[in-house]
Amino acid sequence: MFYREAGDFKTSYRADSQTFPIRLDRMGYVAALVVAYGIVPFVIDDYWANAVFVPFLIYAIAAIGLNILVGYAGQVSLGTGGFMAVGAYAVYKLMTAFPDVPILIHVLLAGGITAAVGVLFGLPSLRIKGFYLAVATLAAQFFLVWLFNKVPWFYNYSASGQITAPERTMFGIFITGAQTTAAAKYLFCLIILTLVALMARNLTRGTVGRKWMAIRDMDIAAEIIGVNPLSAKVTAFAVSSFFIGIAGALLFSVYLGAAEVGEAFGINKSFLILFMVIIGGLGSIFGSFAGAAFLVLLPVFLKNVLVGGFGWPTDVAAHLELMIVGALIVVFLIVEPHGLAQLWRIAKEKLRLWPFPH
Amino acid sequence: MKDTGAGITTAEGGSVGPVLMELRNITLRFGGVVAIKDISFDIREGEIRAIIGPNGAGKSSMLNVISGFYVPTEGEVWFRGEKRGPMKPYQVARLGIARTFQNIALFDGMSVLDNIMTGRLTLMHSGLLSQAMWWGKAAAEEDEHREKVEKIIDFLEIQNIRKTPVGRLPYGLKKRVELARALAAEPKILLLDEPMAGMNVEEKEDMCRFILDVNDEFGTTTVLIEHDMGVVMDLSDRVVVMDYGRKIGDGPPDEVRNNQDVIDAYLGVAHA
Repeated sequence: MFYREAGDFKTSYRADSQTFPIRLDRMGYVAALVVAYGIVPFVIDDYWANAVFVPFLIYAIAAIGLNILVGYAGQVSLGTGGFMAVGAYAVYKLMTAFPDVPILIHVLLAGGITAAVGVLFGLPSLRIKGFYLAVATLAAQFFLVWLFNKVPWFYNYSASGQITAPERTMFGIFITGAQTTAAAKYLFCLIILTLVALMARNLTRGTVGRKWMAIRDMDIAAEIIGVNPLSAKVTAFAVSSFFIGIAGALLFSVYLGAAEVGEAFGINKSFLILFMVIIGGLGSIFGSFAGAAFLVLLPVFLKNVLVGGFGWPTDVAAHLELMIVGALIVVFLIVEPHGLAQLWRIAKEKLRLWPFPH
Repeated sequence: MKDTGAGITTAEGGSVGPVLMELRNITLRFGGVVAIKDISFDIREGEIRAIIGPNGAGKSSMLNVISGFYVPTEGEVWFRGEKRGPMKPYQVARLGIARTFQNIALFDGMSVLDNIMTGRLTLMHSGLLSQAMWWGKAAAEEDEHREKVEKIIDFLEIQNIRKTPVGRLPYGLKKRVELARALAAEPKILLLDEPMAGMNVEEKEDMCRFILDVNDEFGTTTVLIEHDMGVVMDLSDRVVVMDYGRKIGDGPPDEVRNNQDVIDAYLGVAHA
């Protein structure tokens, strides 16, 4: 069985515009879902959950969110960390104020609140573009972190200034707090990621996605064919911030358990997510997954090889990781600006013709 | 004003209906520069109306006034019997005025199909949530519009490139895709800004054929700017001639061709 389109006929427009038009792709996708839902939850332990799977799932959500804004709508943002903080503090306030409501509702509400904040900080995008917009979102980043540090109401007047996730359940299963099992954390994040990815895919292949991409590629032409730039940019900020807020809420409540805003949601987090999107591939949902996987796995891999394998000191390994990530960003920007997703696309195109490339 | 009721028969024998758009005493100034000076003319339903003139005559400015991109300094634009107030470009698009550009303005990162689908944005109304779920209305709407777009793709003979990113296409095909995107909007008036610029003879012939077919088949009212006189005289039902922002001629191609002012503008006039 070869990787081919030939013989795989489409008889309706809906079949033609589906997410995975090639049969082998569809089978791979189903296999990945089966492994993710049917096998991993039964074999996962705390190390794998905390070091690899849970951060990957959460960062993938954030990367999809940022990719919608930067990759699809073309609006550069450096405020991701700040928006994740909004999600985290929103879910904290909701969890402590309404302890009996299922955690999923809180997470979704936190996403909604972040969407509103994102729209507010997205409004300048109507007047400014490119670098200048990036600086404006940078202001959002610093302002939000400052706000959550300065106003004690946000962290419920706790002495340390930190927020700590209380124990909350969903259908009687612990999702947050010390008693949560690795499988519960993993599955909770996986379900949300699956939904987020499906929604993002549907939005980007439909009318809204076309409006975003039209604004990205040529905003004047977009306006002349009837795209209202205000509504297109505002929806991009809203949807993007919704996903980023969910990621922030999960990062705090499920993964970290306790967070201090400057440390967990500082400017470094904004850059980390942006690097995921750039390395993974701008304007690609698959790229968001690839970028998140790459930047989550790279430190784990380097640590295991350098510290575990060669016996190097941890600080040397940590510095080496920074250097490698930095070098990779430069390489990707020069060699393949469309990231891992483009490499994957090229590989698939080659594979489609293999073994007769001419 | 003039006869707005009865149709007239043109040199080409095409049927031309009542007045669709009327431009009354349009003046457009940029600071001290007068781009258009007191020009009036009308566009009738179903006709191909050409605007010609030497470089810098104000043709593109005129097109931008019609498309709503520029608001005239003085004068009125009447569209379908109503006076058009100042509008944003996207609102004009919703009235049913589509255009192509002198320098192609396609969305390079998107496929040909997606580019043409953007032409139908003003006709699609499903909500954000419905699209995110891809249930019911959004998916059905997508199919319905895809079918219309496929008809245009067939019509313009670009089936084989429908999944190709526009950035990879050669110039002539890009022009055709841009025409397809404008047609997808089912416009009341189609504005073409130099549709043949930079094309070789065969591509020009193809484009002429498409413009005539579109006019015949869909009855689309077309306003075009073009430098190739042969093309203009063959295609258009009526011609407006501009020079230095003024209108120096208006009428069927044969009449305009013999107009002394037009000949002077194009060939120059001897100064005593």
